[in-house]
Amino acid sequence: MKNFFHKPIKYTYLYIDAWFNFAFGTKNNPLYHLGSLAFFMLWIVLISGLYIFIIFDTSITGAFQSVEYMTNEQWYLGGVMRSLHRYASDATLVVVLLHIIREFSLDRYRGFRWFSWFTGTPNLWLIVLLGISGYWLVWDQLAQYVAIGSSQLLDALPIFSGAMSRNFLVGNLSDRFFTLMAFVHLLGLPVMLVFGLWIHVKRLTKVEVFVPKTLAIGSFLALLILSLVKPAISHAQADLTIIPTLLNLDWYYLNVYPLLDYFTAGETWILTIGISTLLMLMPWLPIKRTPPAVVVDLNNCNGCSQCFDDCPFDAISMQARTDGARWKMEPVVDPNLCAACGICVGSCPYSNPSRRSEVKLATGIDLPEQPIHQIRTATKTALTELSSSKVKILIFGCSHGVNLTEINAPDVAIITLPCTGMLPPAFIDYTLQRGADGVLISGCRSQDCYYRFGNHWLEQRIKGDRTPILAKRVNREKFDFVGYAETDEAQLLQNIATIRQRITEGQG
Amino acid sequence: MKTGLRYILQIVNYSIFMLIIWYFSVAPAYNHLAPCQAVIVLAFGHAGQPISECRKRTPEELAALPPNMRNPMVCPRERSPIEVELLLDDQPLFVETFSPQGVSGDWGVDVYQKFKVPIGQHNLKMRLKDSVRAKDFNYVHEVDMELIAAQLLVIDFQADKGGFNVK
Repeated sequence: MKNFFHKPIKYTYLYIDAWFNFAFGTKNNPLYHLGSLAFFMLWIVLISGLYIFIIFDTSITGAFQSVEYMTNEQWYLGGVMRSLHRYASDATLVVVLLHIIREFSLDRYRGFRWFSWFTGTPNLWLIVLLGISGYWLVWDQLAQYVAIGSSQLLDALPIFSGAMSRNFLVGNLSDRFFTLMAFVHLLGLPVMLVFGLWIHVKRLTKVEVFVPKTLAIGSFLALLILSLVKPAISHAQADLTIIPTLLNLDWYYLNVYPLLDYFTAGETWILTIGISTLLMLMPWLPIKRTPPAVVVDLNNCNGCSQCFDDCPFDAISMQARTDGARWKMEPVVDPNLCAACGICVGSCPYSNPSRRSEVKLATGIDLPEQPIHQIRTATKTALTELSSSKVKILIFGCSHGVNLTEINAPDVAIITLPCTGMLPPAFIDYTLQRGADGVLISGCRSQDCYYRFGNHWLEQRIKGDRTPILAKRVNREKFDFVGYAETDEAQLLQNIATIRQRITEGQG
Repeated sequence: MKTGLRYILQIVNYSIFMLIIWYFSVAPAYNHLAPCQAVIVLAFGHAGQPISECRKRTPEELAALPPNMRNPMVCPRERSPIEVELLLDDQPLFVETFSPQGVSGDWGVDVYQKFKVPIGQHNLKMRLKDSVRAKDFNYVHEVDMELIAAQLLVIDFQADKGGFNVK
């Protein structure tokens, strides 16, 4: 049932993703950097906000005038800063929403990923509250509308005594209220957001905080041009004797307020909290099983810490050796954090299939459900099955890219791994030495590994930039490493055909 | 050729993104109030009168109390509910009874109610009863007024200043 709804969404996303890959290249595809793009937008918001704060007057009478001054008198700097502040804030929210859509489309929010998804929702609230409090400070008629609407919502909560809305009647509003709002917008919410974002990425390693330079330049230029072409402007000054009528709402941030014209404040709370709660509970609708965590075998571990370096989800830590061996350190796995991707298995120097070829291959860290010995056995079996074929192609594929089970060719054998990052490079050498004519490694799309770094680490290992490296003697012409998504089956078949042709020509 | 095309596509993508950012940051415009409407706000904070009169304690009651608590008068904590009626052109605009807040019902009530009404000439009658001992509304006020588009008319209530105040 879930697949019925999910598959069209996923495929739509993947086609858009492919379009962006063509336009921007995989390294600069904005969809692969939505988190860091949001950070980048927040940097623009922060820097432009600091400049605005210099000019801004936190009083009822001064707020509007100071914003008007920077918009009109100092349009070339203050006005641009204000517009950058506005549009970068909007872009932050759009990027965050795209981030949510992307993770949902690719089913990267359930199982071991529940924590990041769950803790992301409060951050969305904080970002929206930051935007709302920002609009409030301008003290134009839009701010008046927002202030009264917000007060109505707060009055509906059993927290505040007295009707806050009464503050916004003629003669009741004081500068102190503005000082409070400025504090909330400039310090309170930003500090909470920084803390919230830290929690959000707590279970990830090597978090990309800075967006690639090309993307940063492009995004900033686009925002700057927008700020010059369509500068942010205010509504008329707030007037508590009238009701604002026609409003140019910022629908990204202020979409909740029109609801107050159709529902009571209490109903509006139930609706928004209900949607947020549903969003937070998505990882359990339905539950996704994560396979058992990797297990450390100290008899085959020299404490090199490569598994610790490679783990994308902070599931491995290093501690002092406990078994009396001569090595200093040993890895410890937190099963609650482990994604069972097997990347650590691929990084372990003991995962070499040529070791102890006649007995069970044991390694320093292994997946209980698909141990490295089983992969070596499957490789041997596949090569035996291909032995009568003129061309022998072995594919090591990940279970999150192209659906390899649909590839049916007599000269092709397939071994599926949780992630290509689990494949120790020595397996390429082992497979070719044992009679394969060609090896194809098929991972997720480049830069878009389901387990974050699997295909990236393997690429580095093959290049010799990361241990364990692929032996230099291995003929690079005899294997390919490609990255495809579910929608790229035709391209994978084309790759197989090319390899087949290359092998046939070589044999001829 | 391919690089040039990619740059063009990037510009197109950035342009679409910025167009979306800009458009929904100001549009579509939202009409919060129809051109033929004004708004009346009823806003006040008020505590109803005690639910019954204060009375003198009997000598027996006083003797039963600790010496430091022998206040000769005893007054009920609980407040009366507040009944409010607004009639616009003799039609009920708002009729409500607010129960006193607090565990012992000894707090006041805070009222903020907003009504969108048609513009033009109107008669507004305001009534409030804040004592269970009163037979009828003990605060009554009436105004004839002309509301213009987008006008905000505030009805305040302060018992110590005579009751309703329209501004």
